[in-house]
Amino acid sequence: MEKMPKWADVALIPLINLVLALVVSGIVVTLIGEDPFEAMAIMVRGAVGSTYGWGYTLFYATNFIFTGLAVAVAFHAKLFNIGGEGQAQIGSLGVALVCLAIPWPHWILALPVAVIGGALFGAAWAAIPAYLQARRGSHIVITTIMFNFIASALLVYLLVETLKAPGMAPETERFPPGTFLPNARDIFAAVGIEFGRSPLNIAFLLGLLACWLVWLLMWRTKLGYEIRAFGHSESAAVYAGISPFRIVMLAMLISGALAGLMAVNAVMGEQQRLLQDNVLGAGFVGIAVALMGRSHPVGVLLAAILFGALYQGGAELEFETSVPREMIVVIQALVILFTGALDNMVRDPVKRMFLRYGKRDPQPGTTPAE
Amino acid sequence: MTLMHKFLGAAATVALSAGVAMAEPGLIIDLGGKFDKSFNESAYTGAQRWVEETGGDYMETELQSEAQREQTMRRMAERGANPVVVLGFANASTLEKVAPDYPETNFTIVDSVVDQPNVQSIVFSEHEGSYLVGMLAGMASDTGTVSFVGGMDVPLIRKFACGYVQGVKAVDPEIEVIQNMTGTTPSAWNDPVKGGELTRAQISQGSDVVYAAAGGTGVGVLQTAADEGIYSIGVDSNQNYLHPGSVLTSMVKRVDNAVYDAFQSAAEGKFETGVQVLDLESEGVAYAVDEHNEALITDEMSAAVEEAKQKIISGEIEVHDYTATDSCPVE
Repeated sequence: MEKMPKWADVALIPLINLVLALVVSGIVVTLIGEDPFEAMAIMVRGAVGSTYGWGYTLFYATNFIFTGLAVAVAFHAKLFNIGGEGQAQIGSLGVALVCLAIPWPHWILALPVAVIGGALFGAAWAAIPAYLQARRGSHIVITTIMFNFIASALLVYLLVETLKAPGMAPETERFPPGTFLPNARDIFAAVGIEFGRSPLNIAFLLGLLACWLVWLLMWRTKLGYEIRAFGHSESAAVYAGISPFRIVMLAMLISGALAGLMAVNAVMGEQQRLLQDNVLGAGFVGIAVALMGRSHPVGVLLAAILFGALYQGGAELEFETSVPREMIVVIQALVILFTGALDNMVRDPVKRMFLRYGKRDPQPGTTPAE
Repeated sequence: MTLMHKFLGAAATVALSAGVAMAEPGLIIDLGGKFDKSFNESAYTGAQRWVEETGGDYMETELQSEAQREQTMRRMAERGANPVVVLGFANASTLEKVAPDYPETNFTIVDSVVDQPNVQSIVFSEHEGSYLVGMLAGMASDTGTVSFVGGMDVPLIRKFACGYVQGVKAVDPEIEVIQNMTGTTPSAWNDPVKGGELTRAQISQGSDVVYAAAGGTGVGVLQTAADEGIYSIGVDSNQNYLHPGSVLTSMVKRVDNAVYDAFQSAAEGKFETGVQVLDLESEGVAYAVDEHNEALITDEMSAAVEEAKQKIISGEIEVHDYTATDSCPVE
């Protein structure tokens, strides 16, 4: 038995990482003089203790699903796309332009066009770093992160100079009512369930659909196979007749499109107008989500919900106690640190433990599936 | 099932009684931070004064980004805060959307007008206060050049600038006024380094009195003015104490009174929605004189400004309001 069982890889190790992060967070919370158990209770209650909490948790999770999938797809081609933030911002521009273009009569008509707008703009923003990587060898990490700043500056310029609504704040006009997506509250009210007021909207279902489509793409199509083959070994892929240029471009375009789709949830679903910093760091959280989710759509979905809960619970903690907001960022950062950077710290001992266990008690025939 | 019902019933009771116990006011501190020594801090001071005088309690939270406005407002309202006080014009479009969802909750917005039945809009006559400090600047200047550093380039700040220029020109139409804005986005409210750079540039053009209407950015303006040995004028809060001898005066905007009154009137059950204008007459705006700057204001200056103040109140002097026409008659 050379490998540890798959369930340990996908479930046990992330769980141990999470627990470790929470323990360290607890110590920090204790050091600043707050009760860590009380803080934990507030966070859990705030995130999943009411329909209001669930609404916000899943709303944030929807953002992270899109940005997480974006990072995951690029990961499979061994491309580290950290430009999700910028791609989502430009995607939000695409969604906003669609929503403001005509007085939409009904959201059913507006949604598909907004999806295309967000995906196109996001993909276009990823296309330039992708081309530079594929043709010129400019490292994707450097170019994508630089493009985040350009995207942010571009959005500020447009909001101040051309798209600004009358009034003082740099924001566009509110989208026409025909673009308002059905809210969870309205949907549940239709079947007689009272659901707290939250921005959770139909884009969550779109997120689930995106998870399924990404799974389909990566494991059931030729292109997905090529992307993964390229990610495992470029030289082997080239030998097999796979064009690196084509794979880099396609993987990044899909990645950028997914990041751009985040705007359907955040901008079209909640803010209903284009704001200056509408992404709120979700592009970067997407990296942690993809790492924790092992770049698999199911993992991404679960990790996105966890981070959604951390966001919502953290906001609640800040509201309820004197734990400063910086502390919540510390807790989130610890989770990212343990699941991402310190992953091997846990992985190696766990693996060794499994190997030793396997030697002492060899049971042929019952070896867990790979 | 029965147990579940009992549990839900108990939870509902707790929620209800919590709602009654927590009918306390709420304050959302805007971007730029609670201790910006200016706009937000003034609001915070008002809330603290209310706590000291009444022994009451209030909820407070601090915004970190534009996109959080809605959730923060909703959370305050969901928690039963009443009234919910939000600071700054940037909240207007969000409040317009949120207020109708909570008809039982009252909202107060400072610096902007939101036309909803449960919203109290408080606006200040900043042009009048700026006119008075402009007069002081004009009288204190030796070089014949004074300057203005604004925060974000919005009509509200141009309103400050326009009133200031009118005051300066009222002293001597020959005095030149240099105007600069820090930026076009909300980050312009909290950029003291750039504020200092702008001030230095203005000094090199001959300015010897600078008026900062820029929130947290103003701290850098005042610091630079003190370092370079010229006069400065603070804004919103009384900033005279920051650099005694250098801060000529402060255009005090009583955001603290607005917050205090909103809290207090709600506690007394006298909360009134609609638009309230706080002007010179109601002492919503004023120029600050205290032990830190009284040596800088001569009797002559003081007499001239007091006279102008009375004339503005009586309507004899009419200070042009930039936001009324989106233009300023003087430059």
